[in-house]
Amino acid sequence: MDYAAAIFTNAAIYIIATMGLAIFTGYTGLFSLGHAAFMAVGAYAAAICTHFLKLPLAVGLVVGIILAVLSSLIIGYPTLRARLRSDYFAIATLGFGEAVKVLLENFQLTQGSRGLPGIQKLSTPLLTGLFMILSVWLARNFLRSNYGRKIIAIGQDHVAAEMMGINLFRVQLRSLFFSAVLAGVAGGLFAHYLGFIQPSLFTGSQSSMLVIAVVTGGMGSITGPILAALLFATIPEALRLANMWRMVTYGAVLVAIMVLRPQGILGYREITFASLARFGRRLFGLPPSPGGESRKAVS
Amino acid sequence: MLQTIITGLSIGSVYALMAVGYSLVFSVLNFSNFAHGSIITLGAYIAWAVMVQYLHLPFLPALLIAMAGSGVLAFLNERIAYSTLRRRRAPSLYLMISAMGVSICLQNLLYATVGAKLYALPAVFVEDSWNVGELTISRMDLFAFAFSAVTIALLNLVLRRTRVGTAIRAASHDMDMVAVLGVNLDVLVAILFLIAGALGGMAGVFMGVKYMVYPSMGWITNKAYIGAVIGGLGSLPGAIIGGLFLGLLEALVSVTEIGGQSLSTYRDVFSFGILVALLIVRPTGLFGRRVEEKL
Repeated sequence: MDYAAAIFTNAAIYIIATMGLAIFTGYTGLFSLGHAAFMAVGAYAAAICTHFLKLPLAVGLVVGIILAVLSSLIIGYPTLRARLRSDYFAIATLGFGEAVKVLLENFQLTQGSRGLPGIQKLSTPLLTGLFMILSVWLARNFLRSNYGRKIIAIGQDHVAAEMMGINLFRVQLRSLFFSAVLAGVAGGLFAHYLGFIQPSLFTGSQSSMLVIAVVTGGMGSITGPILAALLFATIPEALRLANMWRMVTYGAVLVAIMVLRPQGILGYREITFASLARFGRRLFGLPPSPGGESRKAVS
Repeated sequence: MLQTIITGLSIGSVYALMAVGYSLVFSVLNFSNFAHGSIITLGAYIAWAVMVQYLHLPFLPALLIAMAGSGVLAFLNERIAYSTLRRRRAPSLYLMISAMGVSICLQNLLYATVGAKLYALPAVFVEDSWNVGELTISRMDLFAFAFSAVTIALLNLVLRRTRVGTAIRAASHDMDMVAVLGVNLDVLVAILFLIAGALGGMAGVFMGVKYMVYPSMGWITNKAYIGAVIGGLGSLPGAIIGGLFLGLLEALVSVTEIGGQSLSTYRDVFSFGILVALLIVRPTGLFGRRVEEKL
């Protein structure tokens, strides 16, 4: 696979996983620091299916999705039921992520911390790109569905949302499921992109990278996190030369974004065709199109 | 068994020292300061620099320098990464992300400058341990335990008996009211971070002596954070009990065997399992303030 294609595939996988978290963290406001665990479950399930059981990739991905959703049920059901919020929910998911990692390191089937080498490299740029488009489309449609409207309401004010008769627990759990599905797919594709997986690829810092993409991209936005994920996946490649200082810069940029623009790049806004047209008109000094403001995109 | 408890308490006391730093900051500013781990790491590196690398100072002066250094670093950390957000009353989530940024930045700064090598801090006591009957008590462990206990007691005294301490305790109830009553919040928060950083630096030095000094040692502070959460974020007694409890639990799990297989590899699963179980029963930890939802 040539270099540019590899970077594209990597970015697309990152975007798929971020998309799930954009729906969960971005809209419900609950902070998951254990999403890498869902990716790990998806990756291992898919890799075991194709590598040991010689099943096709599609089956592997489906098994990965199912197991990722089941594992999200294990952590999501008790914590959301107990109404854990903010820092407490974050630490519970962080703990879950670490626990999954330790378990993967000690299972026979996953070959412990040595990892699984020799997985077929089935994630072509085309396939991953298609999955990326599919996941963005799904996320958009999810937001426009009944459940999407409800999580938007919860994100705005969860007390008021509950008084309107929204079942917080059910809706939050469902959006966690949605994000676990995408994390599972991303994990499965990741395993078949890299050809080698080991538990240390799915650490807490991997989880925080996903959250960071969502927050810097902007809470309550879909296009913002996509943009942030794309930047975070490609800029480090451009900075390969200054390898050591790459992560130092990354951390510093993160602090700068939070201090200067805490709502993220696109907080509660989207890049739509309408907004692009507006931007274009402003750029060329044209008057805004008649009724342009009133036709603002709803999502 | 008694031996295990002693080991557990000595680890637990260092956890408690670190957990207090998390809880102090949380009690006033209501966010989890994930950069605390990096401050602790830097404290250990400062001690290494003045003890081994450059000045060859004895242990106690090095400890004090490390404490002062980490206190100042924590203060700078607040000034650069949190103060604007704090004044703008940003949601705690943003402060948390900013703290993550600081932590990533500092940890990799260490990789880029000092390198990933492991360094040892010199042993403080020549004769390493006492034997009491069948028990072996490491003098360093005892020292760490005693020093942590004295420091926490002092901190408690400061919080209860001095004007600054009263202001901090008042701010943990209602920051706006304290500001209205004429307390300079910037100074208050600066003092808070100085104290938290100094305690962190001390914990870092103890950890460096006990284990090693390396850039990702801040990861262990996640355990301390769990201790703080178990005890209830924002509560000092909670942080101490949570830290000690976690240390004991880990020591006990490490020596337990089921079916001939040691559980020590699953130690972290146990700590996190206990944490999740406890949060489900008591969502704000053992001593946490129950925050009522207000409209």
